[in-house]
Amino acid sequence: MTVAHAPSYESAMSSYEPVIGLETHVELGTRTKMFCGCPTEFGAEPNTQICPVCLGLPGALPVANAAAIEATIRIGLALNCEIASWSRFARKNYFYPDMPKNFQTSQYDEPLCVNGYLDVVLDGETVRVEIERVHLEEDTGKSLHVGGSTGRIHGATHSLVDYNRAGIPLVEIVTKPVAGAGANAPQVAKAYVTELRDVIRALGVSDVRMEQGSMRCDVNTSLNRPGAQWGTRTETKNVNSLRSVERAVHSEIIRQAGLLDAGERIIQETRHFHEDTGQTTSGRSKEEATDYRYFPEPDLVPLAPDAAWVESLKATIPEPPSVRIRRLQEAWGLTDHEMSSIVNAGAVELITATVESGATVEAARKWWLGELARRANAQDVELEQLSITPAHVAELQALVDAGRINDKLARQALEGVLAGEGSPEQVVAARGLEVVSDSGALGAAVDAAIADNPDIAAKIRDGKLAAAGALVGAVMKSTKGQADAKTVRELILSKLS
Amino acid sequence: MSTISRDEVAHIARLARLAVTEEELDVFAGQLDVILTSVQRVGEVAADEIPPTSHVVPLTNVLRPDEPGECLAPGDVLRSAPAAEQNRFRVPRILDEEA
Amino acid sequence: MQPITMTAAQIADAVAQGQISAREVAQAHFDQIASVDTELNAFLTLDTEGALAAADAIDSARADGEKLPALAGVPLALKDIIVTKDVETTAASKILKGWVPPYDATIVRKMRAAGIVVLGKTNLDEFAMGSSTENSAFGATRNPWDRTRTPGGSSGGSSAAVAGYEAPLAIGTDTGGSIRQPAAVTGIVGHKPTYGAVSRYGLIAFSSSLDQAGPFGRTVLDAALLHEAIAGHDPADSTSLTAPAPDVVAAAREGADADLTGLTVGVVTELGGAGYEAGVSAAVAATIAQLSNAGAKVVEISCPSFDYALGAYYLIAPSEASSNLAKFDAVRFGLRVGDNGVASLEEVMSQTRDAGFGAEVKRRIILGTYALSSGYYDAYYGQAQKVRTLISRDFSKAFEQCDVLVSPTSPTVAFPLGERVDDPMAMYAADLCTLPASLAGTPAISVPCGLSEGLPVGLQVMAPAFADDRCYRVAAAVETLTTAALGKPLLAHSTF
Repeated sequence: MTVAHAPSYESAMSSYEPVIGLETHVELGTRTKMFCGCPTEFGAEPNTQICPVCLGLPGALPVANAAAIEATIRIGLALNCEIASWSRFARKNYFYPDMPKNFQTSQYDEPLCVNGYLDVVLDGETVRVEIERVHLEEDTGKSLHVGGSTGRIHGATHSLVDYNRAGIPLVEIVTKPVAGAGANAPQVAKAYVTELRDVIRALGVSDVRMEQGSMRCDVNTSLNRPGAQWGTRTETKNVNSLRSVERAVHSEIIRQAGLLDAGERIIQETRHFHEDTGQTTSGRSKEEATDYRYFPEPDLVPLAPDAAWVESLKATIPEPPSVRIRRLQEAWGLTDHEMSSIVNAGAVELITATVESGATVEAARKWWLGELARRANAQDVELEQLSITPAHVAELQALVDAGRINDKLARQALEGVLAGEGSPEQVVAARGLEVVSDSGALGAAVDAAIADNPDIAAKIRDGKLAAAGALVGAVMKSTKGQADAKTVRELILSKLS
Repeated sequence: MSTISRDEVAHIARLARLAVTEEELDVFAGQLDVILTSVQRVGEVAADEIPPTSHVVPLTNVLRPDEPGECLAPGDVLRSAPAAEQNRFRVPRILDEEA
Repeated sequence: MQPITMTAAQIADAVAQGQISAREVAQAHFDQIASVDTELNAFLTLDTEGALAAADAIDSARADGEKLPALAGVPLALKDIIVTKDVETTAASKILKGWVPPYDATIVRKMRAAGIVVLGKTNLDEFAMGSSTENSAFGATRNPWDRTRTPGGSSGGSSAAVAGYEAPLAIGTDTGGSIRQPAAVTGIVGHKPTYGAVSRYGLIAFSSSLDQAGPFGRTVLDAALLHEAIAGHDPADSTSLTAPAPDVVAAAREGADADLTGLTVGVVTELGGAGYEAGVSAAVAATIAQLSNAGAKVVEISCPSFDYALGAYYLIAPSEASSNLAKFDAVRFGLRVGDNGVASLEEVMSQTRDAGFGAEVKRRIILGTYALSSGYYDAYYGQAQKVRTLISRDFSKAFEQCDVLVSPTSPTVAFPLGERVDDPMAMYAADLCTLPASLAGTPAISVPCGLSEGLPVGLQVMAPAFADDRCYRVAAAVETLTTAALGKPLLAHSTF
């Protein structure tokens, strides 16, 4: 095989136009599996959430989970789809050990939702991504590959299968091909998946955590010369983070451009994305074309959602996240840049809740994007994973605003809250962080500072007010920081005037 | 004219994960040809406007509430497994990433 | 009266009244099994311990003055394609040999609730694919009437067990005729209920859109009593009917009067004539004449699409089977062949499936895989589904003119063992008459109606969907008329 020279992204983009397509799988957060009553908890002991149905035992039969059907219709509605009035499950037949029945109950030519779209905003511009279909299927089990060096299938001596995940409802959302994004294609892909995640999270039907696999993405990429027909596409699997979506498209564009530059053709194939290298590698070439032999699932009867049912579900669809962001930006009076830093930090909900708890937008932003973002970053966790609530942040700010603590004390109080010592009020009380506002105690401290520093006191009496800073510092030191610097300064000046 | 060739039978057998022997291939190819020739008559009557019947029961929207049911006891899950290890089903090495 | 010659209705009464214990009844049947089953090979597994424990529980419940359920103490033979908790279930296949299921089929739970004592599991054509029970991996079953002949299939173990007095009742499954044809050739009653009337949960699937479990009995009333015990809605089966089941027991009692005034019987033109044994045709014609004498109006009705039923069936059933049988893959249960530490999973799967499945099963898996494969779906599976629609339309039109349709159950009497094993098309022809009702999902019963050269002939009575009671009513009339014509019940003519 010829190793093609990899061009730069810019040079690739000067010769070719990319067309992308995304197939996103979302595990629904239903209590039970798609076709049986087994629980769906993540991380349970292997093969403990299993019954005859999801283990594919002879004789067992499926019955569809009403909550999964409703969740799928709601996703379809949120993605502006038409909801089918007649929809059927079909069997997708192929042998694979993590699939108990060796067919996947899925949907083929009669999906629940079709022809929708999702608008995503990229650098202030709205890009419409058209949705081809949203359908429902069941997830597979998980295999552990043993004996190979890397836990990969290649080189393993045998594999161990856990069927806990088998049968968990999985919604597949397929876009129509997205053309015309040009060099922005990788960012459009990422923006689409991000927006899709937010839409689904707002619906409350899945926790959509890519790192846990409850949202998984396959990315189709092809290149063509401007004006020419679309090229042969590859399908990149295992793209398991938002950042990877962007990187996978980016690296596949460069790889394909290199091949095309060298006069080679693109093979239609499945490729695997590697988080570590940011590159894709070819999946094993298939001996023969897959032939899934779809046919209508005889063990399940058709779905025929009537208008009243669909209407009642429509009433539960929340405002689209992108619309909500624009509304909040306006209400909060923020610039595009300020709003996108909130969005990028994943702090929209947190700041909204903090404001609802009484803080100003300014204060909420200051805490969440400042001190708290630093701490989250240091611990390598998401903001929402910090053990502090928006109500705590609002309470903390209220203490500052009331002059009961200063900024430095506030940071100590924050530390206490994060350490699980209680609410800011409780931490301030328990740690004795309140500023020294007792004028007697403070007066004595000021008098002592003046007495200890007669030279400085004399300068101030002579009108050199800038020298007051040194005395303020001395007072702060003697009160261990628990004084309000402004009050101390005023006190010094009044005593020495 | 033969409706199904020996090679086609071999291909289909691979798709169906049946390691049929050479002798079986010969027998099946002949028998399947006879059967297919006979069943092909279905094409004579089924016109375009006739809807296919996949389900004879007049039922739609048969759904169950999202309520947990009983799982198998852990011992029952692996009880019939040809091989098990670490509470998982043990299978020989897998060639393909996906079929 | 010997317990083994009693009907299920008689046993239930006698046990309820304390005239006989459930244990005595069960033991008498086990004794009969011990004396005849080495020849018949009707049973694959006996659950002596479980059956006697169940019988004892019934006897002590009675002693405690508890009200017994309807069929308390009645023994039953269960086709080994119905899943039973802690009792080996094989579908007569090597691939499943030794499998001890961790759960019970819904109908097994219903039968236990009705007080039925399950004696054991009966032989069948592997995965119910066949019409002679010769496709069993564990040897053929023999017909009690003539041990050189087959008891029909695929539920031949169940039909032989009932005809051979090993059990008064049995459960069979019918995909294309697998209850009705064995009932006909062993001289007993067998009913295929309306699709969805009896839960399929725990029935090892052959062809999901066609499979239906149903009862065997030596009398129409016994079959009706068992039907009543197993029918009804099951939330675990999405295709289970929600409409209340018709009162088949009342229908069986009503029909025994053999007064069919006001009933119109349609005789299906396409199911008879050339290719049908003369003795079969004669017995069926004589029975139809008797129905007319009993007050029924008899009309000839043509159902032209029935000629295409065989083709449609042998595309649909193998297609669904190819998918249903994919789960037998050496991973979670059952046989594993060739796992030598070097072979890949694909090789082990393929070798296991080749070694574990018999020739007929493999033939149908290949046929079905082919019919579903890309490029052929429309021509085969798609067309067959349309034929299904046409057959349903023929039934609807026919039932505008008549209340029930009748035909021979099978074109021939029981055929000799070995006669058709190497000729699939000849074997498939045994189901010619039973396939239309399977494809349309409508109910049909086979009731003994006469003898041809000393072997039993069955009449098939077909009714519209949900009207299983009509099958039982007319069958009960046929039973009364046939018994009168022969001077004693048909089965009493068996030299067994």
